[in-house]
Amino acid sequence: MSPELLDVAFLETQTPAAASGYGEAPPRMGFFTDTSVCIGCKACEVACKEWNHVPEDGLVFTGMSYDNTGGLGADSWRHVAFVEQRKPLGFQESGVEHDGVGETTELRWLMASDVCKHCTHAACLDVCPTGSLFRTEFGTVVVQEDICNGCGYCIPACPYGVIDQRKGDGRAWKCTLCYDRISVGMEPACAKACPTDSIQFGELEELRRRADRRLEQLHAAGIADARLYGRDPDDGVGGDGAFFLLLDEPEVYGLPPDPVVTTRDLPSMYRHVAAAAAVLLAGAVASFVRRRP
Amino acid sequence: MNRTEVTKDGLTHVRPGREALTGAIEHAGPRRRRGAEQAMVPDAAFTSYYGKPVINKPVWEAPDIPGYLFLGGLAGGSALLAAGAELTGRRRLARRSKVAANAAAVLSTAALVHDLGRPERFLNMLRVMKPTSPMSMGSWVLAPFGGISTVAAVLDLLGRLPLVGKLATFTAAALGLPLASYTAALLADTAVPSWHEGYREMPFVFVASAAASAGGLGIAVAPLHESAPARRMAVAGGLAELALSKVMEKRMGLPGEAYSEGRAHRYMQAAEGLTAAGAVGAVVGRRSRVLSALSGLAVLAGSVCTRWGIFHAGLQSAEDPKYTVVPQRERLRLRGQRQPVRV
Repeated sequence: MSPELLDVAFLETQTPAAASGYGEAPPRMGFFTDTSVCIGCKACEVACKEWNHVPEDGLVFTGMSYDNTGGLGADSWRHVAFVEQRKPLGFQESGVEHDGVGETTELRWLMASDVCKHCTHAACLDVCPTGSLFRTEFGTVVVQEDICNGCGYCIPACPYGVIDQRKGDGRAWKCTLCYDRISVGMEPACAKACPTDSIQFGELEELRRRADRRLEQLHAAGIADARLYGRDPDDGVGGDGAFFLLLDEPEVYGLPPDPVVTTRDLPSMYRHVAAAAAVLLAGAVASFVRRRP
Repeated sequence: MNRTEVTKDGLTHVRPGREALTGAIEHAGPRRRRGAEQAMVPDAAFTSYYGKPVINKPVWEAPDIPGYLFLGGLAGGSALLAAGAELTGRRRLARRSKVAANAAAVLSTAALVHDLGRPERFLNMLRVMKPTSPMSMGSWVLAPFGGISTVAAVLDLLGRLPLVGKLATFTAAALGLPLASYTAALLADTAVPSWHEGYREMPFVFVASAAASAGGLGIAVAPLHESAPARRMAVAGGLAELALSKVMEKRMGLPGEAYSEGRAHRYMQAAEGLTAAGAVGAVVGRRSRVLSALSGLAVLAGSVCTRWGIFHAGLQSAEDPKYTVVPQRERLRLRGQRQPVRV
């Protein structure tokens, strides 16, 4: 064991990259997606598809506002959610006024670009039996498509429903946080294409500071429902590498309100498995013990 | 729209960019904080994004994966039965259980490979050994089990190398213990509510089901004078399987309700009927070869239905956002905080 691993201060401050064995790693990179300035243009979805050569996966009419993408999956690594609400929360001006009624219509339209969270404790990576999923030096989580054998374990392991199996291909695919682009100092395609800076890419520490300031600004302006999602390093997944500023409950956007990395309970699962195996052995032995010799 | 102009004094009418505030606030300023009122009311109903599931549904399919759960249990249980029979001189029970263990191991491996998105890459399962992945650990149990159970079965059938055969039989039994139980961790180590929330009880359900299926098959294939231990395994295993399944569903809370819906419910009910009937039949008909065989097969079929029921309960719980959102909301409420956020 290297001396660093015995150093408590190091363990407390280490990044996912360092915990994964990178000796010298660049700062942890991530996304801060500020949905309060998202205009629903889907430039992120298009840029991601183009840059990463993500195939078309069917043109389906969902009837869900302007969202015909549906959700994240093997062929949608960015997904813009559209939520139409009959709520005056956030004091959003709908721009719809009716003469004689005297009241502005109480409607707000939430838009949010969802993406892989690149969790600090990533369940997909933990359960991958082939080592295809790995932690990059930037602290992100990436699938090596030349290793993946399509076992599908990562798919139900993800608490956010991000990764999925590509039809006709059999392997699991998801956002790489543009590993190719950030490796040469460029920003990911979605962030590059975002016209309002709703998607901000950068060092996670800087993004967290920026998000805290933005949250203060919105709260000061009276937008009480603004909240950060995935910002807290003490949450069930150890904080997200890609986190969000939301204007409503996470589940309104299709996000889990309290995600937990399933492998947090794995030690206990193994203990229960071991106890069950012991019971099975005892039962088998008892079956062969003659009651009346 | 864009009225930004460049003047001698710099830019005027600059758009706020990422500092923009939502809509009317620029004109109206803060009004009543109606949003805060809602936060005081506990969630009576849950909200979701157009009723879409939060997690992605497993791509695992029947019969491959529930079949694997069953066959893995049958293989492990039969290996144990074979070792016991070997030790107590029950030659035919031993031989047939060894063959059953090996056949189940081979079939279960085939089912697993068939379910892969890229079956030709199945050997990548042994590329690393990863304790954080029950599937990796399972592969490292199943692979040697397959080889050793083949040695045990073939040597018994050929009647050669009895010492090596014995060693293989006992090694297979030792590997059969994790083989029959780890599949519970395989399912539970996911975000699927009706699997994950059962992680404490499911290993016990699975070993009971494994004992029931191996015992059931043992009664069916072994002569009456050798099948008493198999009968005890089948009856005790079957009854434990039924009781523990109920306990698991109850203790899970809301995700346990998925076991009482749709296909999962039908399979769980079929499991109850088959296992109960088989257990009674195995006791009552213990002097009849035919009744014993039928009862054994009924217990075996009950084990199959339990695995299918648990498999489908998981899929059903993944499809309905209720099972993901409501327990997580409840967890947050119990922790005494509204959001996993900094407000």
